[in-house]
Amino acid sequence: MSKVLIAFQDNDEARYIVQAIEEDNPEATVYFEPAMIRIENEGSLTINKATVEERMGCEWEVQSIHVNLLTLTGHIDEDDDYFTVHWDN
Amino acid sequence: MSTKKLNLKDKYRLLTRDLDWDFSYEDRKDAFPFEEFEGIKITDWDKWEDPFRLTMDAYWKYQAEKEKKLYAIYDAFSQNNGHLNVTDARYVNAIKIFLTAVSPGELAAHSGFAFTGRHMGGIGARIAAQMQSLDELRHIQTQIHAMSHYNKFFDGFDEFSHMHDRVWYISVVKSFFDDARSAGPFEFMVAIGFSFEYVLTNLLFVPFMSGAAYNGDMATVTFGFSAQSDEARHMTLGLEIIKFLLEQHEDNVPIVQKWIDKWLWRGYRILTVVAMMMDYMLPQKVMSWKEAWELYFEQAGGALFKDLERYGIKMPDYTDLIKAEKEHLSHQAWWTFYTNSQATAFHTWIPSNQELDWLSEKYPETFDKYYRPRWEMAKEMADKGERYYNEGLPQLCQTCQIPMIYTDVQNDPRDIVYRSTKYQGERFHFCSDQCQHIFENEPEKYVHSWLPVHQIFQGNCGGPGGLEKVMDYYKLDVGKANMDYVGSPDEERWKTWKGVA
Repeated sequence: MSKVLIAFQDNDEARYIVQAIEEDNPEATVYFEPAMIRIENEGSLTINKATVEERMGCEWEVQSIHVNLLTLTGHIDEDDDYFTVHWDN
Repeated sequence: MSTKKLNLKDKYRLLTRDLDWDFSYEDRKDAFPFEEFEGIKITDWDKWEDPFRLTMDAYWKYQAEKEKKLYAIYDAFSQNNGHLNVTDARYVNAIKIFLTAVSPGELAAHSGFAFTGRHMGGIGARIAAQMQSLDELRHIQTQIHAMSHYNKFFDGFDEFSHMHDRVWYISVVKSFFDDARSAGPFEFMVAIGFSFEYVLTNLLFVPFMSGAAYNGDMATVTFGFSAQSDEARHMTLGLEIIKFLLEQHEDNVPIVQKWIDKWLWRGYRILTVVAMMMDYMLPQKVMSWKEAWELYFEQAGGALFKDLERYGIKMPDYTDLIKAEKEHLSHQAWWTFYTNSQATAFHTWIPSNQELDWLSEKYPETFDKYYRPRWEMAKEMADKGERYYNEGLPQLCQTCQIPMIYTDVQNDPRDIVYRSTKYQGERFHFCSDQCQHIFENEPEKYVHSWLPVHQIFQGNCGGPGGLEKVMDYYKLDVGKANMDYVGSPDEERWKTWKGVA
């Protein structure tokens, strides 16, 4: 399986998103680099609205991911309650 | 009436697809006159997918949020004399390159996406291209704004707009975007949307910006990351256009492959300068060019091409060459600028011993063997008062416009690669087989290239009368905005501010 990658700015909002990713994708590897956080995983990475909201303690729109997102690789599947990037091979 | 909130998919359908109309009394071909001449076959525009399902209202909402954050930081940066917090004033020269060579490319991309967005027949693709066009305009504006603070304190920023149409190394970027914008809409999308945005811009906007942050440049990392939050969407658009074209018709596959081969190479050549910015211009190092290339091109791009195999698309056949060049690129570029820095809009310097050690460690196969001795010799000469400047004008590649600096890294890395071909009785020169092939595919396009060195010799850059006239034509303040950082007014001011004068 190819690796997918998502990177966020390192800030208060993104840290909760990253925690949610770690919780829902236990195999993922998280790299803290200057000013940014890069997450890699084999095959796919999923962000669930419910997990992010639980971590943040407030409502969170999946589309607001754009505000702190830096880059990603893979095909995107997005809906109201989740955001996934994946490679199929 | 129901007040139920629409879900993402319904909202996207209503606010994008439903905005389109059919042509009842006009010929659709007159409305989209550029849709067929490139040979691309579209059978059903409705198959276009925007996986982000971003509608214009959501677009404005999130862009406004990004801008508010961005400008709050700009205010803080300039109110607090943010330029004093960079690790070393040498670093500022990297962002002089950014403003003069990269930012105008944002404006060219804005115009290219506006054109392309107008001329693609499908509403989903038109809206996505419109958003990207607006993003690119935002990028050049925010970049100029961020760097206007540095312009108050450092030389070399003020004439970036004038220089864009004239200066030798800046023509590399200008001609790249001119080449893309003078292509048809689908080639433009493969060139900029896919090859540049998806495969290559990460190298500039992620590891370099992380490096800017690490070196205390709050303004640059802020605009860089704010722009990159748009790039994530641009990358998605780039991947979608490729998948869409390949799924529409099998006849599209060889056309798209040819464009990918051309544009990945063109974009890769431009990144030469980014390699140098990362390895030589960041006083505190984050990641070498080679490491960044392995992560963002070899790993991420490799996964992408593996995915595209099912359509019959393959990695360009120069992959082994660019893998080998990662060991050399930054060193050859910095040497070129160091030896020609009487004609640049930024300062250069000889790397410190500590920096040379870092380069030796990061490039164990090549640095000590080919490049370190050169810097040691340069230092010896400079110490004797014989600082070396190249007084001739370089031969430029007819396609990428970069001086012929690249060597034969797969055979003997000491030999410069020279290629040439004849077209209509005239000889044209190239830095590589790839640039020669690109020329040979469309010679009628590249014979028109405005090559700065040829123009100087023809007397079109300030008239005859030597390099001094050329520098006036460039509006380059020789000795102030360029040459060595050591002894420059920039260095003098920096030392005064830091109390080490």
